[in-house]
Amino acid sequence: MSYLKIDHVSKSFPLAGGREALVLDDIRLNIDKGEFISVIGHSGCGKSTLLNLIGGLTEVTKGGIILEGREVNAPGPDRAIVFQNHSLLPWLSVYDNVKMGVQKVFGKTKNRAERHDWIMENLDLVQMAHAADKRPGEISGGMKQRVGIARALAMEPKILLLDEPFGALDALTRAHLQDAVMDIHARLKNTMIMITHDVDEAVLLADRIVMMTNGPAATIGEVLEINLDRPRDRIALASHPEYVRNREALLRFLYERHRFVEAAE
Amino acid sequence: MNVTALKSKTAPATQPKQAETKVLPVNAKKPDSQWPGRVKTIFLANILPPVIVVASLLALWQLVLSGGGASLPSPLEIWQQSGDLILEPFYVAGTQDIGLGWRVLTSLERVAVGFGLAAFVGVAVGAVIGQSQWLMRGVDPLFQILRTVPPLAWLPISLAAFMDSRPSAIFVIFITAIWPIIINTTAGVRAIPQDYRNIAAVLRLNQFEFFTKIMVPSAAPYIFSGLRIGVGLAWLAIVAAEMLTGGVGIGFFIWDAWNSSKLTDIFVALLYIGVTGFVLDRLVAYIGQVVSRGTIT
Repeated sequence: MSYLKIDHVSKSFPLAGGREALVLDDIRLNIDKGEFISVIGHSGCGKSTLLNLIGGLTEVTKGGIILEGREVNAPGPDRAIVFQNHSLLPWLSVYDNVKMGVQKVFGKTKNRAERHDWIMENLDLVQMAHAADKRPGEISGGMKQRVGIARALAMEPKILLLDEPFGALDALTRAHLQDAVMDIHARLKNTMIMITHDVDEAVLLADRIVMMTNGPAATIGEVLEINLDRPRDRIALASHPEYVRNREALLRFLYERHRFVEAAE
Repeated sequence: MNVTALKSKTAPATQPKQAETKVLPVNAKKPDSQWPGRVKTIFLANILPPVIVVASLLALWQLVLSGGGASLPSPLEIWQQSGDLILEPFYVAGTQDIGLGWRVLTSLERVAVGFGLAAFVGVAVGAVIGQSQWLMRGVDPLFQILRTVPPLAWLPISLAAFMDSRPSAIFVIFITAIWPIIINTTAGVRAIPQDYRNIAAVLRLNQFEFFTKIMVPSAAPYIFSGLRIGVGLAWLAIVAAEMLTGGVGIGFFIWDAWNSSKLTDIFVALLYIGVTGFVLDRLVAYIGQVVSRGTIT
């Protein structure tokens, strides 16, 4: 039995006049423990909706999502989310932002000193321990996203959900953070699902790439296995035949067979 | 004055911004490296203009009313007849013959109780209403109407209910100050970004944790602009209420001075009231700044 099972999931939103807009149609996907999944598709295809369904922030209309044999129907710290716009609380320091989640999850199982060590350990993991006392307003966008990842990791989630976490960052900062995520995945072996619209990012990070068709009523078009050894190095991969082949397959899917049609939005 | 200007602005969304821009010019000024030079700049820019304006107005006032036969006193007459009230705010010469400082403090004590209650209840009620679209639609028209009722209109009802002047005055302050606090808190709660709500959902915060950890800090700028309008209104209300209910407050002093034809005393009392209202407004604004520090990303 798989770790996370997305079983015939559909999602529709009510429209004015009693009609319904079908956003996601019959999504079927099994994810193993420790797998890194990238979900790619054109904007408006419902990628983020899918992530919100797994996160429990949005309710499933039809079908079910089962994590470790239990159905998911509400949000919880076992499915921590890294949001696109970091969503750190601006009135709390970096340390306190992470602490908020740690206190909620480990308030009873860890004592004060252990919690402190755990917070610092996670900040260290994203190389942000030096800025523990800074407020979100005082650090750069990339640093905020690192803290967002630390906050999510510190909850020790069963699945880490990343919603286009690097979409708003410049290319260099993005590359640094991709390396950081790969490093964390290699060390902690946690299950991650990452929404992206960046072809290179998807191939570089993922074990499998889920390609979404265009909405409305978007569904999974294809699933691509990436058979590249880890640790992966972006420079060495640039000319690797497997990498190039996968990249091409993705591009063909996105720009030949499921070209983004403006009217479809 | 300040208070009425704030009061007339009904759109709560613009309030926090207004509160911030008021402080900006001081902060935005480049620090001058030379200390005496800096003092000189501050003096020229911030102290000299009001001094000149006040002095000219006083001179004009003196000029107009010194002709004799005028019904109102001139500044010099006020100083000669009531100057001791300014110089000695805290004298005690009998139960009814005390300095204006004591009277202001008595009034402030009532304001503290009434406004404190209004702040507590107003923030709590505003938080609940802000969380519910349905409740918001239901109570908003009611609040918008009650908000415009003048403070003194509540006094007869209040007297009838409490049968005593002290709780009546406090109730009038409470009922006057509470509306802007509720309305602004509601607006602040409704303006909490969905991101923060998502975090609360993922962390499974309970209602109380959501209130203290997300709602209050996020809505702080709104809440404090409501409190600031509220404290201004409370101060307006106490003076008026004391005129009618008696006691030892600053409002009653004015009424007493009018009855004993001490016009000059009234002018001094007005000065005390104005300065106190100004200090209250600044105090709440300052607390708000300290509390919501770092909220702007």
